[in-house]
Amino acid sequence: MPTSPKLDAATLAANLAETCPPLGPQAARREAERCLYCFDAPCIRACPTAIDIPAFIRKIADDNPTGAARTILSANILGASCARVCPTAELCEGACVVRGEPAGPVPIGRLQRFATDAVAAASPRALLPPSAPPTGRRVAVVGGGPAGLGCAAELARLGHSVVVYEKRPRAGGLNTHGVAYYKMRPEVSLAEVALVASLGVQFRYGEELGRTITLPHLELEYAAVFLGLGLSGGRRLGIPGENLPGVVDALEFLEQIRLRPPAEVPVGHVVAVIGGGNTAIDAARHAHRLGARRVICVCRRGPRELAAYPDEVAHARAEGVEFVFHARPAACEPDASGHVAALRLDPHAPPAAVNDEGYVLEVDMVIRAIGQPPAGLAGNQWLPGLEFTPRGDIARDPLTGATNRPGVFAGGDCANGGREVVHAVAEGRRAARAIHTRLTGEIPPELIQASGRGTLSADGPASKTPPHAPLTGGHHG
Amino acid sequence: MADLAINLAGIRSPNPFWVASGPPSNTAYQAHRAFEAGWGGLVWKTIGDPIVNVSSRYGAWHAGGARLQGFTNIELISDRAVDTNFRELTEVKRRWPDRAVIASLMVDTRARWHEFVRRAADAGADGIELNFGCPHGMCERGMGSAVGQEPAVAERIVGWVMEAATIPVIVKLTPNITDITVAARAARAGGADAISLINTISSIVHVDLDALGPLPAVAGAGTPGGYSGPAVRPVALKMVQSCAADPAVGLPISGMGGVAQWRDAAEFLALGATSVQVCTAIMHHGFRIITDLLEGLNDYLDAHGLASVGELTGRALPAVRKWEHLDLRERRVARIDYARCIGCNLCHIACEDGAHQSIDLVPPGDRGPGPGRPPGKPIPQVREADCVGCNLCSLVCPVADCITMTTRPADGPPLTWAGYQADLAAGRIEPLPPHS
Repeated sequence: MPTSPKLDAATLAANLAETCPPLGPQAARREAERCLYCFDAPCIRACPTAIDIPAFIRKIADDNPTGAARTILSANILGASCARVCPTAELCEGACVVRGEPAGPVPIGRLQRFATDAVAAASPRALLPPSAPPTGRRVAVVGGGPAGLGCAAELARLGHSVVVYEKRPRAGGLNTHGVAYYKMRPEVSLAEVALVASLGVQFRYGEELGRTITLPHLELEYAAVFLGLGLSGGRRLGIPGENLPGVVDALEFLEQIRLRPPAEVPVGHVVAVIGGGNTAIDAARHAHRLGARRVICVCRRGPRELAAYPDEVAHARAEGVEFVFHARPAACEPDASGHVAALRLDPHAPPAAVNDEGYVLEVDMVIRAIGQPPAGLAGNQWLPGLEFTPRGDIARDPLTGATNRPGVFAGGDCANGGREVVHAVAEGRRAARAIHTRLTGEIPPELIQASGRGTLSADGPASKTPPHAPLTGGHHG
Repeated sequence: MADLAINLAGIRSPNPFWVASGPPSNTAYQAHRAFEAGWGGLVWKTIGDPIVNVSSRYGAWHAGGARLQGFTNIELISDRAVDTNFRELTEVKRRWPDRAVIASLMVDTRARWHEFVRRAADAGADGIELNFGCPHGMCERGMGSAVGQEPAVAERIVGWVMEAATIPVIVKLTPNITDITVAARAARAGGADAISLINTISSIVHVDLDALGPLPAVAGAGTPGGYSGPAVRPVALKMVQSCAADPAVGLPISGMGGVAQWRDAAEFLALGATSVQVCTAIMHHGFRIITDLLEGLNDYLDAHGLASVGELTGRALPAVRKWEHLDLRERRVARIDYARCIGCNLCHIACEDGAHQSIDLVPPGDRGPGPGRPPGKPIPQVREADCVGCNLCSLVCPVADCITMTTRPADGPPLTWAGYQADLAAGRIEPLPPHS
């Protein structure tokens, strides 16, 4: 039975420090001043929650971080966690018009963190305008992850009474349980749960659909139901030896650091991470930080086809994570004690480009990170009549989240198959607004504090300004 | 290498750059450092009967990340002993015989002016600058801008000074007056040899919104201070031009106000200044900025085939005209280079809300992605027929050379407002139609 590598406390603390530390006030203002305050800004379009990014950045430049936080949280109640976990290079910062400058794009994510941090000590609730008067309608939200929180917060602000059913003892979903520790501390996510609760949302913990509650029961008790169930645990490899001690799921591995002191998190000396997605990269970097001497990412595809974001892969490589491409795991093999001791690769898997060690990697830990399958809800007797997509996601109208069952809505990973936190928040919020319309017959008031430059559409804001059509066909100055 | 040497009313210096009277010219130590760095002249911090300063003295307006774009001070004239100032001035001049050392003076009575003028000459100064401009503190005692704002008083005091002067006398003018040429003419009438301008502008640079009082604050209170730095430069340029273009003034000019870089200095020279003084930029960056000023000006003169800095002086004055002598038929329109456009659409909203509604947002069509515009994102398009050529879009555009103002064929031969009025009166032209 191998023992985990032991790092001294100082090294461990340094390894687990946030990789992207907060900006100080002066740096934040200097970066904010680089924002051009674009009209019809492409960053807003690139943000699934359509935060009015130029407006909040201008407020930082104007020494008004409180106002900046108000703008952010009005559009995205999880603005603090999204500031840390959003793949900003792929979203807002990837659309920033100054990204071609030597200094790169405006660091929107870090500025968003600066603004939300600025109000974290006080009650962010006080920033938001009072909720609408109670409508007397009750809505159940199943799942307390980003989609459920996004939905619950918007419903509460619109005056509805909301109960969130969460199967775990704590809400926040992957933000609380599964995000790499060096990207975000779980306290940030829990503070967001508290913010949603401060809007009047009730949380019932230990409640799981199909175990303690059923959809028909919820439909009876509530005027509408939102399903934000997320995905199931990690997909299994389906190879011999998968159940050996030392073979773990990536999300369970990432959660360990929240369950015990970092020094006590089990990690191998030589770790194979199977998978090429962002979770695999998170797990690999995490294992490295916890003291693993070697971490090898075993990827089915080649370096150009990895599912992980290029930035993440580059960081992992820079930190010393190794990669084996075009490889297919064949078996996990035990040592005499029965603990995993090697990962055998399939020599027949073309093109079988393999490392110097041949087809057997001597490892004492294998982390499985080949994606999360749908929650396995299709055909579940507690969700009678609900339609699913062929791959097992809950079928819903992407604009509204409406499922085939009237009054039942869905969003987040359980409906989109697994996307970013910010997509889940956006889908939850959109569903909330559709639920409001269903319950009241009214288009909900726009709660986003926008600079009057447009409205939301399905996947972000629509064209904010129609091409100018002269009223008189000519100059009218 | 162009000849940078100047002669301003008999005051010679190897280059046109003088340290202006102020904190950087307070001591012999600083003067030595300035001349070692390469400054051509230095106007000593104003010598007068000793005063007492307050402790908090400066405030600033920072334009975003660019600090000290506006600067205010409530410091008074030299607080050092008169004897010390003249003794150090003598030492400096002895060590730097080729540089211009000018004594700035401010006293009150005729007798005191006579005494200080003689002492300046005895100390070896190359010239005297009369501080008629300080807008804070001293004016409350009937000196500084209190003199500069009263042409008759200024003229009389210049007269007192000239009674005793054996070296050139420069009158430093305050901008805190409606028409600077009135003050300049008074200096001329009093017999002055030259003028220098501008002194600082009376100002409150900031209000502390927690303490609800002005900055800089002295024990919870403040007083209006003298504003300087790049923010005041356009005001100073116009005042220099006004004096240089006024034949009734007809005096050489030492120009100042917000000079920080060689281009700033060249602009003052082109509008009629013979020497250029610098203070706030030295307070920001030190005397070392002289290397850029000298090199940049020299390269500019060489590139434009000007053999001496004197050839630049006043060269832009003929092109400064009254509005009524501008050509009404010049037509300029904005052109957008889509290979450079980053898609910020600031030009659109500026034109739409702030100007003449002549830039539409249209589908990008076949104009390509430029430097990385998101596919399908609307792009700005100028309606040339409606563009009045105001320049606003090109001014707000953050990308160099993306929006250029181009000249279109004129609607006819040049026509000025003055000519138009004359033609109308003579019946030679129909009234131009009003804009829609």
